[in-house]
Amino acid sequence: MTYLHFFTSARFWRGALPALSLTFVLLGVFWLQPRAMSYFGLNLLFNLAVPIALATIAQMFVIAVNDLDLSIGSFVSLVACIGATWLNDTPLLGIAALAGCVLVYAALGALIHLRQLPSIVVTLGMSFVWSGCAVLLLPTPGGAAPDWIRALVSFKPPYVPMPLIAALVLALVVYFGLMRTSWGVLMRGVGGNEKALTRAGWSILKLKMVMYSLTALFGIFAGLTLVGLATSADANIALRYTLLSIAGVILGGGEFVGGRVSPVGAVLGAMTLTLTASFLSFLRISPDWQIGAQGAILIIVLALRAVVNRLEKR
Amino acid sequence: MTTEIMPPLIALKGIRKVFGAVQALAGVDLEIRTGECLGLVGHNGAGKSTLMNILAGTLTASSGDLEVAGVNQGKGYSVQNAGHLGIRCVFQELSLCPNLSVAENTRIIHPVLKGFGWRKRAGSLIMDQLDRIFPEHGISSSDIVGDLSIAKRQMVEIARAFTVTDTDLRLVILDEPTSSLDAQVADQLLAHIRGIASQGVSVILISHLLGEILQVSNTIAVMKDGRVVDLRAAESFDRTSLVEAMGSTVVAEAAPRRDAVPASAKGEERVHMRPPGQPDDQSIRAQAGEVIGFAGLAGQGQTAALLSVYDGHGVLPSTGGEAACCFVAGDRQVDGVLPLWSIRKNIGISSLKRLRSGLLVQGERERELAEAWKDRIGIRAPDVEAPILSLSGGNQQKVLFARALGSAADIVLMDDPMRGVDVGTKNEVYAIIRQEASRGRTFLWYTTEMEELDYCDRVYVFRDGVIAETLSGDDITEEKLLLASFKQVAEPA
Amino acid sequence: MKVLDTLTRNRPWSWSFLAAFLTWAVTAAYISGSGGLALASTALSFATFFVMVGIGQMFVITLGPGNVDLSIPSTITLSAVVAMMVMGGDNAMILPGFLAAIAVGGAVGLFNYGLIRVLSIPPIIATMSSSFLVQSSAIALGRGVKIKPPSVLEWMSTAKVLGLPILSLGVVVFAICMAVLLNRTVYGRSVTAFGQNVRAAWLAGVPVERIRYLTYTLSAVLAAVCGVFLAGFSGGSSLNMGEEYLLASIAVVVIGGSSIAGGNSNVPGIYGSALFLFLLVAMLNTFGAAAGVRLILTGLIIVGVVTFAGGRKESR
Repeated sequence: MTYLHFFTSARFWRGALPALSLTFVLLGVFWLQPRAMSYFGLNLLFNLAVPIALATIAQMFVIAVNDLDLSIGSFVSLVACIGATWLNDTPLLGIAALAGCVLVYAALGALIHLRQLPSIVVTLGMSFVWSGCAVLLLPTPGGAAPDWIRALVSFKPPYVPMPLIAALVLALVVYFGLMRTSWGVLMRGVGGNEKALTRAGWSILKLKMVMYSLTALFGIFAGLTLVGLATSADANIALRYTLLSIAGVILGGGEFVGGRVSPVGAVLGAMTLTLTASFLSFLRISPDWQIGAQGAILIIVLALRAVVNRLEKR
Repeated sequence: MTTEIMPPLIALKGIRKVFGAVQALAGVDLEIRTGECLGLVGHNGAGKSTLMNILAGTLTASSGDLEVAGVNQGKGYSVQNAGHLGIRCVFQELSLCPNLSVAENTRIIHPVLKGFGWRKRAGSLIMDQLDRIFPEHGISSSDIVGDLSIAKRQMVEIARAFTVTDTDLRLVILDEPTSSLDAQVADQLLAHIRGIASQGVSVILISHLLGEILQVSNTIAVMKDGRVVDLRAAESFDRTSLVEAMGSTVVAEAAPRRDAVPASAKGEERVHMRPPGQPDDQSIRAQAGEVIGFAGLAGQGQTAALLSVYDGHGVLPSTGGEAACCFVAGDRQVDGVLPLWSIRKNIGISSLKRLRSGLLVQGERERELAEAWKDRIGIRAPDVEAPILSLSGGNQQKVLFARALGSAADIVLMDDPMRGVDVGTKNEVYAIIRQEASRGRTFLWYTTEMEELDYCDRVYVFRDGVIAETLSGDDITEEKLLLASFKQVAEPA
Repeated sequence: MKVLDTLTRNRPWSWSFLAAFLTWAVTAAYISGSGGLALASTALSFATFFVMVGIGQMFVITLGPGNVDLSIPSTITLSAVVAMMVMGGDNAMILPGFLAAIAVGGAVGLFNYGLIRVLSIPPIIATMSSSFLVQSSAIALGRGVKIKPPSVLEWMSTAKVLGLPILSLGVVVFAICMAVLLNRTVYGRSVTAFGQNVRAAWLAGVPVERIRYLTYTLSAVLAAVCGVFLAGFSGGSSLNMGEEYLLASIAVVVIGGSSIAGGNSNVPGIYGSALFLFLLVAMLNTFGAAAGVRLILTGLIIVGVVTFAGGRKESR
């Protein structure tokens, strides 16, 4: 295949869309507010993108096996509450609680697979369970993030702001694990063709449990990062992450079914969504339109992708 | 092992398999020796694929024994066992993950391909096989399978079955491996099969192309109704005796199947369609009262032509308007049955507008319609309120016929609807088709069974999505059909 | 025989009524006296709104796997805001207000359908994306605006006859109509066929695209009407008024015994489970359970019900 051929192929454009959307929004921000083009400016712009990117990666693992997690927002909130209470006061209890959460997620994966349940209903139900736990743990906003987490998230490396480094590391680690290792192949294979894996003798049940556990793990990272940034927690702190994370995966070039996901794209997608909010405020548009703009970006990107796919079919 | 004589590589003894009420395998005995190439033929639903699934470990036999190299495998035989024993299977519907690359798909069947550099090793494994079997294949190990053409996917899957890592290859099962390959590539595969068999690897080849079977097999097994009905050395078969053994030439009935009325005396023209890409001036025409056959090898665009007519292409405006066509599915579960409903509702769905009074569908009238067709077409069920899934396959198919014939549509499209249906049911349905045609309905009938074409006034033979030949009346003979089916690609003798 | 058949086939929804009755009985026994009747009346009032959106969601879910309307909460909010603005507290403007709300619902339904069709994306993503836009519009339009509903609308939403809320009587009639729509009309049959197997339904002559469009519109319009009554009931619109209806609309369908895999739904179960959901919360409140416990229990009941009702087993 010649290089020219590659750059005009639908596959290339599908892959490039997330990066292009981020560049587009970023240029818009710089144009409106040149001061954002600095260490502190970038730090400010992307600080809150890190927990969202982590939640998006969490969502991506579930989407990779053709399921959907409508509870990730309340789960991240619960983790933030655990982080601001138990993990700070009685670290062992906190760690045990978080480990328990991973087990619950693995069990959900098993339940959904064995009973062939629709993941949206199960996770919607679970969102109430997580919220309930969070409210019980922290009835009113408060608590305090452990110092080590606060120190970690407010670390200021020279030259490049921490959020950018974090996003890069996240994207590369998950890319390597899911896209390059031999085990990642199996995990993505579940979404592509379950039957092919079964016929090759692999257990779909185990693979799904692993994927759900990974969702929990990255959900925990998201919650802890968030509580570190916010320094205190509340039971509703991350509810909007559910929709943001799904939107991030899709923006990042992930397909809803068929196991076609992109970790790098998902991180870029999450960053784009976060930037949109700043972009609007620099445009002096009321923050009322923030989620509307996120919806609009999602629709525009989906429309562009539909165009690319249609061109490819021709 | 104490026996002097080497036991056969595989010995199947009295294998039976039951799906619900349907018996797919009724006690199969079969042996495969090392280095043997066994051709397996039989009509759709004869049980070939089920048998191969059992051998590959993806299905468990209801009863019977499976011995590999003289060792009884018992009940716990699984895909992993098959893998360790060096048994590979290329299934009829492809088992690749479309979202993964060619190399990644290779890793899936080889648990040992892991750790540092696995991708490179997987890539060279699959590329070696591809190069060996299909020179000039034009596939790269980093290609995403979903982006490849169907033919290339099939090549990848076949090549993958021949890759070897930690266990020696002992048996490769190929279920319709050439269905998407063109003749030249198919020949490459057949040559490879002969080569590998001479190196001591056994092969089971399933194909509906009898020429392929006769060309490469040492032994041929013929299956019918879940049994092996004939098993002989390949030399003792020729095409005719093979067709006879499969049981496709039924003793001719005395009654004329085709009525003698010439086409000109039939009704108005209803369909006139040219398949897209048709190189010459042949086109599909159908008049009122005609039964038109679509023939040719399986999957040559017959179903697509039917669906295109269903979508309204080529249906002449004088015909019925919106609901001019109804469709009788061949793949019942995918295209036909509404599984949660009773027989009554399954029949009524295509006639709802006529069953209304005011805004409401009248259950009583629907019941009358269903009862009438249940009697006329002979659906064996206690009551039309019985759930459709409680019926046998043949009776479910009759419900689909009742649905179509009970509707007001003038054109009835049939997508090889007699697959896996017993002879008695078939004859009942044939009679009704003739009756309905004589009342002025038009039938477009895709069929893979030769004898059904005897009921057709005119037959269009399809090849590569277009009409290869139009045969009518007494020209519809098996020889002419076979000739036309292979029109563009001459099959080696 | 026929009676037995009917009874067994109707069983899935009878459970929800049984559960509703039991929770009511336990609570009523605990609070004793006439409190039980008042509780029943309140339950009927609140269940009304669950039923309205639940029926719309039910038609969507009947369409089969992947079909679910996530834009219901935002549609409720936007239509309530728009209706309150059009009505402006004036009784004479009630009808135009309703029409405006229905227009909002119709527009959302059309937009949802358009996204599904034109972008060929799964309904969940389509309705989620559109809900972002709708919610944002509602926030932008309704922030800081607090308009009292017209007195007649307020009366319609809250008045009682013989201790029974008028609106709930109206919704009973409405639910019966919807049951007839589902079971006896060409549309209802088509939706049910669609949910069992889209391709088979299409090949049997069902105009599948028209059915999909009508269904998403029906769901959005019902959400819109619910929004208006909800605003009348609670003295005006608020920006988070639709929030709890996302889970509730799906929960009443699942608990009511409709198949989440599509193709098999019933209307009575929606009523039963709407009553049950409200009474459950009331019971836990009566016993002084914390808000967290209520949430956890609601969630576990939903997960439990889908687990036991089961998904669709692979045929063949």
